[in-house]
Amino acid sequence: MTTTTQPVRAPSSDKPKKPRRDGFWPWLFVAPLGIGIAVFYLWPIVQTAWFSLTEFGVFGGTTFTGLSNYQELFSNGDLYKAIGNTLLYTAIVLLNVPIAVVVASLLNTPGLRGASVYRVLYFLPYVAMPTAVAMVWRIIFNGDFGVLNRVLGWFGIDGPYWISTPGAAIVAVSVVGLWSSIGFSVIVLGAGLKQIPPELYEAAELDGASRWRQFRSITVPLLTPSIAFLSVVTVIAGFQLFDMLYAVLGTTNMNATVFDSMSLVYLFYQAGFVTNDKGLAAAVAMVVLVLVAVATAIQFRLQKKWVHVD
Amino acid sequence: MTRAKGPRRNNIGVHLALSLGAVVMMFPFAWQILMSLSTNAEVQSVTPHLWPETLRWENYAEVFRQLPFLDQLGNSLFITVVRVLAQIAFCTLAGYAFARMQFRGKALVLAAVLSILMVPSQVYLLPQYEIIQDLGLLGSVGGLVLPGLFSAFGTFLMRTAFLALPAELEEAARLDGANPFQVFWHVMLPLIRPSISVLAITATLWSWNELLWPLVVTTESSSMPLSAGLATLINDRTVNYPVVLAASLLATAPVLILFIVLQRRVIDGLATSGMK
Repeated sequence: MTTTTQPVRAPSSDKPKKPRRDGFWPWLFVAPLGIGIAVFYLWPIVQTAWFSLTEFGVFGGTTFTGLSNYQELFSNGDLYKAIGNTLLYTAIVLLNVPIAVVVASLLNTPGLRGASVYRVLYFLPYVAMPTAVAMVWRIIFNGDFGVLNRVLGWFGIDGPYWISTPGAAIVAVSVVGLWSSIGFSVIVLGAGLKQIPPELYEAAELDGASRWRQFRSITVPLLTPSIAFLSVVTVIAGFQLFDMLYAVLGTTNMNATVFDSMSLVYLFYQAGFVTNDKGLAAAVAMVVLVLVAVATAIQFRLQKKWVHVD
Repeated sequence: MTRAKGPRRNNIGVHLALSLGAVVMMFPFAWQILMSLSTNAEVQSVTPHLWPETLRWENYAEVFRQLPFLDQLGNSLFITVVRVLAQIAFCTLAGYAFARMQFRGKALVLAAVLSILMVPSQVYLLPQYEIIQDLGLLGSVGGLVLPGLFSAFGTFLMRTAFLALPAELEEAARLDGANPFQVFWHVMLPLIRPSISVLAITATLWSWNELLWPLVVTTESSSMPLSAGLATLINDRTVNYPVVLAASLLATAPVLILFIVLQRRVIDGLATSGMK
């Protein structure tokens, strides 16, 4: 460690500011976090990359097996099913953004009373513990006594056994995901709406533009930065689907439908901690890392085309 | 007939649309409350039971009789408080150094920390599990709490907050002979209190609700936090629906109440953290 004593400096002498050196102090400040991040996050990333190329022995120890975990992963249908389910979930949950645009602009109505009450009501599902709301959703979706199928029955629709039918189960989980994500988007879009100068609406009003026209030509274009942010965040969170799926559908040993509804993270959990194939689980994790990076890069690329910048 | 001012004219329609949406959003909570006060037979009856015959408050007593609810509540409280305090301590210190101090290798260290933000949690979860196993902490609150003491997101948030402060205050304190820690503690830290509360709120929400990590490091239900404890009940046919629903409501109520009480702060905080 260097123990440089700080020379006393004249207050405002040297014009081109020389960078001040703080000696060992910065290292003291950074050390607690830095060591924790290095031990529990950075080094583990390297290790996972390595694990994905190895086989875990039953009695401990690892053997290098090259790309065999990846070969197993790509030749077996589970990965594609998991990618498909994850993308379907993400696509459905993305609907929260247009819904939230409508809700947020309604909340932004000038002179609206009770806006903060509405905001809290829309926000609570986002705050609620996923595993704590899962049970009531299971009851709502229940094929025999669920209230959803009863309501669908009024319209002559014969609802499926949502939780135990492959295909329907992932849709059910997505609906819960959609419900719980609207609130956050409403808040972020609300902040975006505050940035829009009211004069724009006043001018539009004077020109005789209808509410709908103002929404289309002022609100939506000026909200595109927030909308872009929310789509990136929703896609990243969508790839992380686990809690809601696990909580609503339960574990694989109890319910065979879970196999067909597995998400990428569920596949990771299943391999790493249920069937204990840690090498394979590490390979799944690396695939998720690449997919998230690619999806985010594509979104940033596309956003250059539609996001309003001033 | 006099008309109200222009912008007010459509507010009845707006209220109608917003309340309809709010009813849909609140329906699961309302249903959960009603069903938690019903009998198991009422929950599962094919003919509609909108309102239970008698309100069975004893279902809530059953939660404490049938489930290790108090143990799990204790675990949730403990891990949340410890993680929030640790994140505030570690992230403000590091965030301050990254924002306001000069040192060799700063850009590199900062980039390494922030790179974590782009990595999905599965990528570091297996080795974290191995570390906890090697330390003999599987199934303990120590194991539950440990990796979550450190937060790259929190560091990013604190660094941003410190960057926004003017340099003059700091310079003045330094000229008065305060050492860097004194400057940090007495001058700079009090100025970023709003950002610290944003960090505390997001860390609380994450820690209270998190499922995957507790699920892998604990097996005994009495050593789980509430999130994992409830998740393992989903397939447990020995516990009645109303009791599980009551337990779920009790488990999520603390955060719901906290957020209703602190709504302004939470909403402003999340909005600003969301907008960078």
